[in-house]
Amino acid sequence: MQLILRQGRIVDPTQKLDRVMDLGIDDGRVAEIAPRIRKKGRKEIDARGLIVAPGFIDMHVHLREPGREDSETIESGTNAAARGGFTAVACMPNTQPVNDSEAVTSFILERAREVSKIAVHPIGAITKGSQGETLAEIGEMYRAGIVGISDDGRPVQNSQIMRRAMEYSRLFDIPVIDHCEDKDLAAGGSMSEGYYSTLLGLRGINPAAEELQVIRDIILARQTGARVHIAHLSTRQSLAAVMRAKQEGIQVTCEVTPHHLLLTDAQVTSYSTNTKMNPPLRSQEDVDELVKGLASGNIDAVASDHAPHNANDKMLEFDRAPFGIVGLETSVSLMLDRFVRTGIISISRLVQLCSVNPARILKLERGTLAKAAWADVTLLDPELDFQVSSEDFLSRSRNTPYEGWRLRGGPAGTIVKGKVAWSR
Amino acid sequence: MASLRQKDLLGIEQLSVEEIRLIMDTADALAQVADRPVKKVPTLRGKTVINLFFEPSTRTRSSFELAEKRLSADILNFTASTSSVSKGETLLDTARNLESMAPDIIVVRHASAGAPHMLSRECRSSIVNAGDGMHEHPTQALLDALTVRQVKGRLEQLKIALIGDIAHSRVARSDTLLFHKMGAEVWVCGPPSLIPWDYSRLGARVTGHIEEALDAADVVMMLRVQHERQTEAFFPTTREYYNFYGLTRERLRLAKKDTIVMHPGPMNRGVEIDSDVADGPSSVILLQVANGIAARMAVLYLLSGNAGLKPRKQSR
Repeated sequence: MQLILRQGRIVDPTQKLDRVMDLGIDDGRVAEIAPRIRKKGRKEIDARGLIVAPGFIDMHVHLREPGREDSETIESGTNAAARGGFTAVACMPNTQPVNDSEAVTSFILERAREVSKIAVHPIGAITKGSQGETLAEIGEMYRAGIVGISDDGRPVQNSQIMRRAMEYSRLFDIPVIDHCEDKDLAAGGSMSEGYYSTLLGLRGINPAAEELQVIRDIILARQTGARVHIAHLSTRQSLAAVMRAKQEGIQVTCEVTPHHLLLTDAQVTSYSTNTKMNPPLRSQEDVDELVKGLASGNIDAVASDHAPHNANDKMLEFDRAPFGIVGLETSVSLMLDRFVRTGIISISRLVQLCSVNPARILKLERGTLAKAAWADVTLLDPELDFQVSSEDFLSRSRNTPYEGWRLRGGPAGTIVKGKVAWSR
Repeated sequence: MASLRQKDLLGIEQLSVEEIRLIMDTADALAQVADRPVKKVPTLRGKTVINLFFEPSTRTRSSFELAEKRLSADILNFTASTSSVSKGETLLDTARNLESMAPDIIVVRHASAGAPHMLSRECRSSIVNAGDGMHEHPTQALLDALTVRQVKGRLEQLKIALIGDIAHSRVARSDTLLFHKMGAEVWVCGPPSLIPWDYSRLGARVTGHIEEALDAADVVMMLRVQHERQTEAFFPTTREYYNFYGLTRERLRLAKKDTIVMHPGPMNRGVEIDSDVADGPSSVILLQVANGIAARMAVLYLLSGNAGLKPRKQSR
């Protein structure tokens, strides 16, 4: 056998599995799960004390290549992902040029084949240049390998174009992933509108800017039958709308980021540009409801919205700095320390949020350790004790709000198609 | 005399009641310098102050400059239009370059909220916020308080009405925080579209009706409609604004008989304030200007020697 993971705690909700067992891998696929595998592996890993989970998938990252290789490359970004416990990522199309054509999609996949130890699944633009005016060649990109469409960061404002995109997406059964933001209501703001934007004298982004587009998308999803995925959902009203839609049987899913579960707009008082992201940090009430949704199952996925910016770009005045923080190398540890360790969610739920559901939403042949599935495995060490230091990041960028945070629990290794992509 | 035990003056938010009182008392004492034949004291002799202005400003900059000169400081004026900022240099690089010239105090005005806070973290020099975006303008609030106290003898339990474009006004925020801290009853008034969210949490009663704000007010502070900061339409027309929020002699009768009318300037006569009110007997607008120099002298004096201290954290 190619590889055997010995005596790890295998947690796989797709098989209702949570037991200490051996996992055998052959030809890059899961060959056997048994209390004790008699055969010898060409390579064996002692997984005692570790959690063995189907590979984690970060379904919302920015790899910046092509175009902004000073901030991140496909190589550095996927190395960061592997170190962060991810065996696959879905990368957003707002590169330069925008991934709105078969050529750019193919370039990304080609680069990934050359330099990445993990799987890279590109997301294509909804409209040409993400300009919001005419549909991109979605079918051509689908043939080249995209797993969803999104105009992340420059969301489609014109509802007729969104409707057509949703109708068209059904041809390929790919999700329409929306960064929900009404640009007029957002009004060029740089933090969430509320008490703290008033106190700090910063232009506010009205939470309704997100909520209106969430509700619009839900209404269009009901009408078109498209699959809609709400990216980085951040307000309690957005969550309430998604919950109602799900009850009505509308095909809508949503993701949240660790920062919208852990930080609030009160953190902006430092004017640190590492508290500036879009959607912006929200109120404590929003955070509380999002955490409830995480536990109840109404939130489908956790994604980092990894948005690397080099230091020069972030070291500007708050209202002039770009939005976004890096997340690939902190996500899993934050979730383990702040939500699993505290008992808010189970480890099995975390596996659903980070692996099973992202795979289901993007229709990837991943997110399970069932026999014959690709052997993508995330190894977690619940006792790992460390301090976040951006100096250690494999990402090219250091824009994190978690510098110096002491966390317990984190990735111990990532295995992609039976090959070790990274290990501690 | 006592001093402020902090490196910078970033906003009213970080000041205690005692510190505000100390600054006002010091300002009252320093105001007498203006009455002397030689309007100069040697207090800041040998100290270097840089006036770093990234936004056009006439009155605040002149006021700081005179305050510095009366304290005998060496001054360097640095304005964005004549600097390398127009060549693309970042705020941080500009600050680091100036910092290496070893100034004691940097007075900064910037269009971005938080810019002085950023400089405070990066610079050894004391930073004085001379207005940052829509955030704070602490020396303006201090001169306003000084003026009110001189005329009214106290700040406690006065009804102070701030009327106009609250949303875009750093003066409104600093005034609200200061007068509230000092025990006054602060009212803010303007079109609801120009009142930011949760403004009452800063310590003010909020109303859209000018009659309610003016009713038995001890102090009426009119704020300028800041057309230059408005990127969209917050109210229909200037004409309608004047009809609903302009301070006329008739409206002023709603306030107390001995009310005083203030304005941080520059005024839009005929928009937020009528000329006969601005120039009338209740107006203390020119006293504000005179007090501006005294308040700034006090701040500069009390901060001098504090360069190198650790920056104070935001309290909230």
